[in-house]
This record gives sequence, C-alpha cells and structure tokens, in this order.
Amino acid sequence: MSRKLLLANDHIPGIQSYEVYRSNGGYRSVEKALKTMSPDDVVEEVKKSGLRGRGGAGFPTGMKWSFLAKPEGVPRYLVCNADESEPGTFKDRYLMEHIPHILVEGMITSSFALGANTSYIYIRGEYFYVARIVEKAIAEAYANGWLGKNILGTGFNHDMYVQVGGGAYICGEETALLESLEGKRGNPRIKPPFPAIAGLYGCPTVVNNVETIAAVVPIVNDGGDEYAKIGIGRSTGTKLISASGNINKPGVYEIELGVPVEEFIFSDQYCGGIANGKRMKACVPGGSSVPILPDYLVCKTAAGEDRLMTYESLSDGGFATGSMLGSGGFIVYDENQCIVRNTWNFSRFYHHESCGQCSPCREGTGWMERVLHRLEKGMGNMSDIDLLVEVAKKIEGNTICPLGDAAAWPVAAAVRHFRHEFEHHVLHPDKVKDPKHGHREPIMPVKPQPVTA
Amino acid sequence: MSLLKVTIDNKTIEVEPGTTILQAARMIGPDVAPPAMCYYTKLKTSGGYCRTCLVKVSKGSEKDPRPMPKLVASCRTTVMDGMEVENFTSPEVVDARNGVVEFLLLNHPLDCPICDQAGECHLQDLSYENGKSKTRNEFERRTFEKIDIGDKIQLHMTRCILCYRCVKVADQFTPERVHGVINRGEVSEISTYIQHAVDNDFSGNMIDVCPVGALTDKTFRFKSRVWFLKPVDAHRNCDKCSGKTVLWKYGQEIYRITGRKDQWGEVEEFICNTCRFDKKAPSDWTEEGPRKLSRHSVISQGQYGAKTKFVASPVTLPNKQLS
Amino acid sequence: MAAPTQGTREFNPEVRGKIRFSDEALQTIEALMKRYPEGKHKSALLPVLHVAQAEADGWLSAEVMDYVAELMKISSIEVFEVASFYSMYNLKPVGKCVLEVCRTSSCWTRGAEDIVDYIGKKLNIREGETTPDGMFTLKTVECLGSCGSAPMLQCGAEYHENLTENRVDALLDRLRTEGKRKSYTDLDFQNTK
Repeated sequence: MSRKLLLANDHIPGIQSYEVYRSNGGYRSVEKALKTMSPDDVVEEVKKSGLRGRGGAGFPTGMKWSFLAKPEGVPRYLVCNADESEPGTFKDRYLMEHIPHILVEGMITSSFALGANTSYIYIRGEYFYVARIVEKAIAEAYANGWLGKNILGTGFNHDMYVQVGGGAYICGEETALLESLEGKRGNPRIKPPFPAIAGLYGCPTVVNNVETIAAVVPIVNDGGDEYAKIGIGRSTGTKLISASGNINKPGVYEIELGVPVEEFIFSDQYCGGIANGKRMKACVPGGSSVPILPDYLVCKTAAGEDRLMTYESLSDGGFATGSMLGSGGFIVYDENQCIVRNTWNFSRFYHHESCGQCSPCREGTGWMERVLHRLEKGMGNMSDIDLLVEVAKKIEGNTICPLGDAAAWPVAAAVRHFRHEFEHHVLHPDKVKDPKHGHREPIMPVKPQPVTA
Repeated sequence: MSLLKVTIDNKTIEVEPGTTILQAARMIGPDVAPPAMCYYTKLKTSGGYCRTCLVKVSKGSEKDPRPMPKLVASCRTTVMDGMEVENFTSPEVVDARNGVVEFLLLNHPLDCPICDQAGECHLQDLSYENGKSKTRNEFERRTFEKIDIGDKIQLHMTRCILCYRCVKVADQFTPERVHGVINRGEVSEISTYIQHAVDNDFSGNMIDVCPVGALTDKTFRFKSRVWFLKPVDAHRNCDKCSGKTVLWKYGQEIYRITGRKDQWGEVEEFICNTCRFDKKAPSDWTEEGPRKLSRHSVISQGQYGAKTKFVASPVTLPNKQLS
Repeated sequence: MAAPTQGTREFNPEVRGKIRFSDEALQTIEALMKRYPEGKHKSALLPVLHVAQAEADGWLSAEVMDYVAELMKISSIEVFEVASFYSMYNLKPVGKCVLEVCRTSSCWTRGAEDIVDYIGKKLNIREGETTPDGMFTLKTVECLGSCGSAPMLQCGAEYHENLTENRVDALLDRLRTEGKRKSYTDLDFQNTK
C-alpha cells in the first residue's frame, strides 16, 4: 500500500471542517514552524525534501523559494496557483474540496518561510463552489487564530484571500495569473523579470501550485529528509495523479513517485485496468500538453525497461519515445478512440485558450486546429500531415509563454506515433466520416520494427 | 559603470548596461539589426509580442558562457558582458523568423493595392525580406466587424498584427485611453469602448506608430500613394508639441503631415493633432528641406534623383468605392 | 472566418446611467475591493464582474460594464478588455440556466457530444442558443477539471458529473421546477456526482 501524505485523512468524515482537521493533527506544521523554526529553516527543509513544483514544470520548490528577492521595506507575496485548467487534471479541485485546510495550513507555513504577510489563492472561476469551501476554511482559520495579527503570539502577521478567475486556461501560467490577479487580461508577461524579483504589483512573489503548497505541511511536520526517502532519485515524495479516460476507476490517486506505470493502470488499487475489457491504445501521462504515447511505449521505455511514475522515467527517451509527468493528468485511451479526432480536440482547446498576445501562438494554434479538423473529417491531404509538423515546429519555443509549446507538442507527438492513422484519414475518407468509426474498426498503433543491418 | 561587450553576427560593440540586444544591434548598424514590428523605443514596455526580432544567444556571457536554450526576443533581452548573438548568421533564426512572417501574413488580407500604408508598411518590407511567395493557408481569412473610431483615424482591423503600440501610445501619451485590445486569441481586436471616437491632442500618433495599415490617416485616405509625394522637413511654433514634422507634398499642396521617422521607422518626436490634421496650408509651415529616407524605401526610389523618369498623377478615388 | 461579434456595439439610451445594483451586491463589491493593497483595487475586477453578472440577469451589457467602471473608478475600456477576454462573462443575453457542457478530451472520450446532442434535441436548441422561454442556454466549454467524472456540465456554481440521459432529464426537470436563475456566485448549490 502506497504511503499517503496529502490524502492520508481523506477517509475521515468531516475532514473538511476545522475541528475534525485540527483534531487529526492539522495545523501542526504552523505551530512547529512559527514556534521552533526560522523562515530559513523551513526553506532548508523544503530544499532537503527535493519537492518539485506539482503544477507541471517540476521545478525544485526550495530553489524557487531561495530566488525570492528580499529588498527592505517591500512587501512579498505568496500566490497559490489554483487555476487548474490543464485538460485531464482535477487533483487540486479534489484536494481543495475535500481537505481545504491542508491548503490553508500550507499557505501559512510557506508564507512564514518566505516572509509574506499577504497571500492570495487564485482559483479558476469555474471552481466557484470550491472557492466557497476554501473561503470557509480561511474564515475558520481566522476564527481560531491561525491567520490575522500576531499568530500564536509569535509576532507573525498574515492575511489570506481567495481570488476567483474569469475563465482562461492561460491564467495557469504564473505571470498571466499575476496579471489576472491585478484585474487585467491574462496576458503572460515577458520574462525576465521573473516573479521572484518583480511579481504581484511589482513586488517579489512566489507562485506555487496547490499540491506543492499542501506538500509543505508533511515536509515541515516530518522533516525534509523523511519526505525525500519516498520516491526514486530526483522524484521525491508523493504525487496526486488525476486518472481519467477509458479506465475502470477514474479518480484522484496519491502515489509514491516510482510506482510502475503498468501497476498504476492495471492494478485495482489504482485505475483498475481498461474499461469494458478493451485494449489500451494510447496514454497521455501528464495532462494534455505532454506528448501522447502509443500503447507499446506506455508501460515500457523504448529500451524495454519498466516505465515508472517519475519525472525522469516518463521522459525517458526524450520526445522521440518519451513524454512527461507534467501535472499528473493521466488520460488513457482505449482501442476505439481516434487519435486524429482527439488531437483535433486538444488543438481546439489550445486555439480557444491562446491569449492572442504573440503571433506564433495566436495564428498557429488556429491554423493547426483547422488543418486537423479537415483531416479528421476525411477532407485532408497527405501534405497536411507534414504541414502540421512544420507549423508545430514554428510555434514551439518561439512564443512568450509555454502555451505555444503545449499546443505544439501533442500535435507533433500524435503525428510522430500515429502517422498511419492520419494517413488512414486521408486515404479512406468514407470510413472516417462517422465520428465513432474507431468503435467499428479500431486502428492500433504500429510499433516500428528495429532496422537490422 | 563599465561598458559591456557584445558580439552580434561577428561584429562587436561596447554598450551601457541595460541596453537590449536589439538596441546594441541597431548601434552596430542595419546589417545586423533584427527587424522589429512591435518594439518601439519611445514606448515603455513595448516589444516581445511579434517575435520577428528573435535571435540566438550562442554565448550567454563571459561569466556564464552557456547558450540560451531558446531563441530570445532581442528587444526585451538585455546584453551581458561577453554575450555572443547570432542573427542573420543563424539558419535557426532565419527559419524561425520566416515562420513568424508566415504567421503574421496568415490572416492578413494582403490588400496592399488599396491600402494607404503600402510603400511605408513594415509588414511589406518584412515579407519581402523573409516571406514566401505563396501562402500555405487554404482557409478563409479572418474578418472583423467594422467599427468607426472617429473622423481622424481609420481602423482596418483585418490588417492589424496586434503589436500593442497604439495602446501604449494611448496609455503613455494621451490623457485617457479609450481604446484597447478586446476578445482573446486569434479574434483579439483593437476596439474602442462602444463606438467611442479616439480623439485627443495626441491620438494621431497612433497612426505613425502603427507598423501596418491598421491605423491610417482618415484625412489622407485614398488621396495618393505615398511614393508619389515628396516628404519635406518643416516646423512651426506649436504650444502643444515641438512642431517638427514632415509635410508630404505634391507640388505645393500638402497631402498629409506626419512625425519625423528615423531609419528604424520610429518617430523622433510625437506631434500633436493640430499640427497633423489642421495645418495643411503651406503658409502654416517653415520648410527645412527634403526629408532623407532610407535607400531601401520605395518612397526614395522616385524622388530627388535627377533621373526621375516619370511623374504619375496622384490617385484620387472616391471613398465610397473602396470603403 | 469572421470574428464573433461580442455583444452590442451600442448603448441603450433607455438603460444607460440608470443601472443600480442591490445594496447587498454593492457591499460585496466594496468588501472585494478591500482585499487588495491601497490603490490596487482594480485587482477586484474579475470577482466584481461575477457579482455584476449575477445582478444583471446573467450577462454584461455595455451599460453594466460602464456602471462597474464607475463603481471601481477605472475606465470603461479596462472593464471591456477584461470582460471580453475571459470566457465566463457573457456579453450577450443568456437564459436563466446556462448549461455548460465540457467538450475537452476526457469528457469527449466518454460521450460529451452525445450529451450535447441529447440536450439540444430535448430543448430543441443548438449550441449557443437559448430556449424561447428564456429558461436554458446550451453552451460547450473547455475542460472544467472534472475529467474523472466525465461527462459533465456546469450550471451556475453547480457541477453535474457522470452524466447520463436520465441524469440530464432529472436535472432539467429540477431546474425548470425551481425556475431560478443560476449564477456562479450562488451560495446554495447542489452538485451531483
């Protein structure tokens, strides 16, 4: 049984409320940090834990914290990124809805470490009801002396607010989030300067994902070393995985990093295998932005080793044969699903969500969507397939923020691994007219045969 | 503060700290300067959007010689001591820039034959230098609902490349910004708040900063091709601005008035609307002499040289036909 | 390809300058603006627009945006820029219950299209349209973070997950019986999982 740190008390009835949360050891990390540790001690523990940003990029959190500028007389901010919008990802919603106090607790402890007297939790607008739950938790924390002036008599003051968004995927990008938090359009800022130097209102700011901040609680409680014992190599601790798609048991699972992908998909402890006794065709292991993998590369790497649920193992083989852990949005597709159609679906998403600020993304995402739509409808040409790769390449790396990459990667990966399926759409337009053609005539990935001399 | 050494396309220069790669490249000269569609020296926070000025930093600095992992927008990246930059010498940069130009033209109407900006359009120049002769876009091009932003400035949203320059002019040089960018993604557009006219003392500068034909002078609309006109430096005593302008003349008649643009196409000083729109009589101005234009400009092709072969009459078309 | 026209481009002189929100809404707006440091009250724009939309029959007309600008002491174009950027603000009138069906990957894989078709047929409207009685508007939206309980739809603050035709029937019946306008800002919400 995998160890649980964030969802350990998930099964306790009423854990949403302050009383139950507190009586099960809640807010210990605040007591420990504020009364027995210096802010730098907390940062040190987080560094030792090896915790990496859980929003998708996987940047070491302790290092991010240590970059925070600390000029005299300038306020610093901690902003929680709860704008979870990556298709396939719903772990933050689960955590905030079920155990809101772990986020509030983590926010207080982290703010203490960073010397931030004000923090904001930016929750995507669609999660309005979740924002209500978190707001209630904050009110309870105020009522019980965990927030406000002179917390626990230590002289540390902290105010925490929830801000709801207005519906824009791009606000999950940290500088777009800050713009949005300032009441503006969610256009990502041009970096440098990074938020650690000039973030919210031009002040030094740390932006962390919900799960990252929640993970600070067990790290402070048990020590960074203890946390680092879980996992493999540079992938330490536990990770919430949002599992969805054609599996028997979709849901949020807390795993110890290092669980084999095969076990995660097929064991009853997790996804419980592919639904309706079908075969797995493909898998997107880290949210819509990461490259899709064909069945033969999901559980094994190209070198034939077991693929594990870690940052390193999932990206083994680079983009040629690997993918990324990303945000942990784990989507499984069965044999009936059409990859062309699904890639068009992703592409439509990025087209819809591009902010429009820089030209490659603004123009390129729409173009890719239209080309994919044409292919999907059986009205494309063979040259369209290469055109897609070409357009994706022209977007990738050339935009202000990573949305361009996120839009380009899934398309490039789909063509890389499923080219024959794209070709099928060009060659047999009559067969693909019905959107459910995959149900009648599954097209499975073709494993490239090794070239023998 | 000591100067920083930077090498761009194998040419080295020393610059003040805080200088961007683009500025350093311009100091070296046009041979190494990347094109810029959205950056504008006089507008704070401009640049970074269009991605035409992408360059490759092959050496970060003397201290940290690692190359930068991605191409960077030269207009928003400051120089470090010992930095080495590749612009036209990098096939990767040239390739990326061709891509950007293709994106910028993807939905552009290419209505140059009826566009007043033709001849002084930066997108035209850019496409000429980096574009393909044929588009690969087989889909219908984007159009917008027409909106009227007043009697001085004509807005053609279909031509806009969303450089944000006009928004920054309004923010930084006019009392209140009444227009902005609305909507999102590829349907983003420049618009006013509900049929509001953009009209204040300095609003006309939006025309000068617009790199394409999205914002043009309504008082000059369809009056003439710019290359048929003769630009003349002139000045007048003005209580709102420096009064230093360029008169665009045909014979003795002043067809339009603009700010004085430097070799990068940026105005030297912003001018007021009185000078721009209301002073069209030759007696309003003291002329200084012909305006020097870049030899690349189509406008300079038929001017000043004794070799001018033909003089076409100005094209005057009734607005109705083409609007 | 024409860009979608976002809302009206004209003011309605009948309404202009005559809008007043309820005292409760005005107090909420006041409190929201105090969450931010002095001089940074523009930060409250997004939450304030949600309040405004709930007050103004579910959509932001030019007059309402003008009123919000006045309340927040910012310019109208700043409000318009923001309101037109985010997908949750309606710039055109909508029905009392806006059914926002998620159409992104996991929901799509698990039959979101069928749900959209089913609702469309049942209400006799197409995507983006409102029933003649002004009760329902059918929309498709991008990922709502409910991929593990797909397909799903959002109506106001409520999440309705694991949709089937029967569940859609029950939901529509309930909403019709209640007859209330559903807003994102509603404090009472009945999610179905």
